[in-house]
Amino acid sequence: MQKGRRGEEEVSELGDRVGGSKESASQWELMWRRFKRHKAGQVGGVIILVVSTLVFMANFLGPYHYAVQHRRYSNAPPTDIHFLDEGGLAWPYVYKTTSELNENYRRVFKEDKSEKYPIKFFVKGEKYSFWGLFESRIHLFGTGTKEAPIFPFGTDKFGRDIFTRTLWGGWVSLLIGPFALITTLVIAIPIGLISGYFGGTVDMLIQRLTEVVMAFPKLPLWLALAMIFQGLPSAYRFFFIVAVFSFVDWTSLSRTLRGLVLSAREQDYSMAARASGASTPRIMFRHILPNTISYLMVASTLSIPGWIIGEASLSFLGLGIKEPQTSWGLLLNQASNIQSLVSYPWLIIPGAFIVVTVLAFNFLGDAVRDAADPFATIGDEE
Amino acid sequence: MLSYVIRRVIYIIPTLVLVSIISFAVIQLIPGNYLTTHSLDPTISRERIEQQKELLGLDQPLWVRYWKWVKGIFLRGDLGYSFANYAPIGSVLFKGRLGYTVFLGLCTLTFTYLFSIPIGIYSATHQYAPSDHFFTLLSFLGLSIPNFFLALVLLYLLAGIFEVGPSLGVGGLFVQKYISQPWFNGAVPNWAKIGNFFWHVWPYVIAVGTAAMAGVVRLMRGQMLEFMNRQFAQTARAKGLAENIITYKHVFRNAINPLITGFGYSFRTMVSGSLITAIVLGVPTVERAYWNALQQQDEQVIMVGLTFFAFMLLFGNLVADILLAWADPRIRYD
Repeated sequence: MQKGRRGEEEVSELGDRVGGSKESASQWELMWRRFKRHKAGQVGGVIILVVSTLVFMANFLGPYHYAVQHRRYSNAPPTDIHFLDEGGLAWPYVYKTTSELNENYRRVFKEDKSEKYPIKFFVKGEKYSFWGLFESRIHLFGTGTKEAPIFPFGTDKFGRDIFTRTLWGGWVSLLIGPFALITTLVIAIPIGLISGYFGGTVDMLIQRLTEVVMAFPKLPLWLALAMIFQGLPSAYRFFFIVAVFSFVDWTSLSRTLRGLVLSAREQDYSMAARASGASTPRIMFRHILPNTISYLMVASTLSIPGWIIGEASLSFLGLGIKEPQTSWGLLLNQASNIQSLVSYPWLIIPGAFIVVTVLAFNFLGDAVRDAADPFATIGDEE
Repeated sequence: MLSYVIRRVIYIIPTLVLVSIISFAVIQLIPGNYLTTHSLDPTISRERIEQQKELLGLDQPLWVRYWKWVKGIFLRGDLGYSFANYAPIGSVLFKGRLGYTVFLGLCTLTFTYLFSIPIGIYSATHQYAPSDHFFTLLSFLGLSIPNFFLALVLLYLLAGIFEVGPSLGVGGLFVQKYISQPWFNGAVPNWAKIGNFFWHVWPYVIAVGTAAMAGVVRLMRGQMLEFMNRQFAQTARAKGLAENIITYKHVFRNAINPLITGFGYSFRTMVSGSLITAIVLGVPTVERAYWNALQQQDEQVIMVGLTFFAFMLLFGNLVADILLAWADPRIRYD
């Protein structure tokens, strides 16, 4: 009951606004309005923007270069940042840490409290190139001295700063979705259009093929396909992962598209186009495809989280992104045995970034689904 | 009904044949095979490699090899040979593993549906209440945590924080001492072993099961909401039926059907999830053996593994279809 009332109220509110502006709202305006009501979706969007900024600025935000090895600090825990000293609240500072082997021949780090090293902003550090645009030595924060390095998330077994590596590795997770999406659409749209529009034997063959590819669970097939490109240099691995994903994942998209095309083909507008002598490609791409756009948008945003998790899984297993490149999944690879997991728990911090980013994309996808569905009653969440 | 089931089973066969061909093709595309690892080894002579090649039939054309493989399965029940383990594939991939895969899969499915369906119903009957939002958030979180990361976190909690490793064991399926013990001492079940087994099952089930939960909860909630406002529900309400009876007998009965179809989908997620979780937790399932084969480039095992996974999915879809035909009398069988 409550739901019904809420729905009516919102319809009338929206109706007033549309009526008041004299012009009728376009499809996109309506979508945007519905999107704006979805709070979680907006939170998701903001999170994605924040993560993208962090990743984009990785070189500047991280105190060190992502590949530099601090040999004396292998597997160092996150550096303690102190805010209090004898006199109460103080400017944040760190201590120098020294390591020694304990009785189990395991390296333990101790703070040397004799001298404080205040954290400085805009310090000079290692030289980096900012996306090839300019070179700089300025990092957002650091201690400015090699004596007492600062590792907010600790270091890995080679003594590389995990914080910098996490920020740097994020570009893979953020870009894998859009790239995989484009290639998947390029494969799925023509196949779905042809299958649905022409029907008959072509349709039958395409649908059998789709069924066969869909009969495989994704990860095992991805892994087997990833084996094919094992020897590829690490710089190209990103694109090969994209290829593997789109090779497997075009199926569900093209299949639903086919269903939509099948019904659109018989509708008056495509009949009219046919009667007025439009060519088949024109009917397919100019008349039918635009009518499926809201479905494509929804399917697209909803499939991005799966690809982010997929890339992380492949890299985690060592078949995705490889050293010296890095990604969130690959960073977790070092934590994959119980020994290092228990001794160096900070190695799993990058996983939190995966969870937050995927969660944000899921929220966004949910909002897009609610907003783009042309048959949704306004204000109805489902 | 029976003829429907038979027709669905027959329908699977051509798909399975194509699946096996694709598996075979994928394996052929992988550069190198088990013998290439040998050819780098200076202690193994050229002649020996050639000899092995002939012995394993690797010198024959592709279609001959495929045909031999298929013929072996049907005539002798022989799935092929694992070059890396010098053993038949049946014993490498399935022996002592298939049971765990099936059992853990059933546990995971039970876990997923046992929690998602009540949560979905509850969320629908309490739409927009704080508890509804809470459960939605929770299921989104489950959807967003990669299986392997959840498995890592659970491992860390168990081994690092609660330190149960030495006593109860973490990872695998048993503590060392139970591995060789039998399940039964005569007619008496070995409760210590069974208990220890289930202690290892729950992290696996949670790591795998949460991924599919979000989808099921959402579907259940949406379905319930849709049918709650249908006319038959209003009629029931109008004649004074208790709301509980309407929810569980009238609405739920109608809302459940798409969930049965969705069963095939959650099955698909589960096989992927169980593969990576089994790797992280070191659980001796078929998926784990498939991963070993990938690392050893043991091509025939990979091929059989892929076909087996596809078979599992097709079987899952078949079960879903049959369940649906049984649950929804409106479905026509022909």
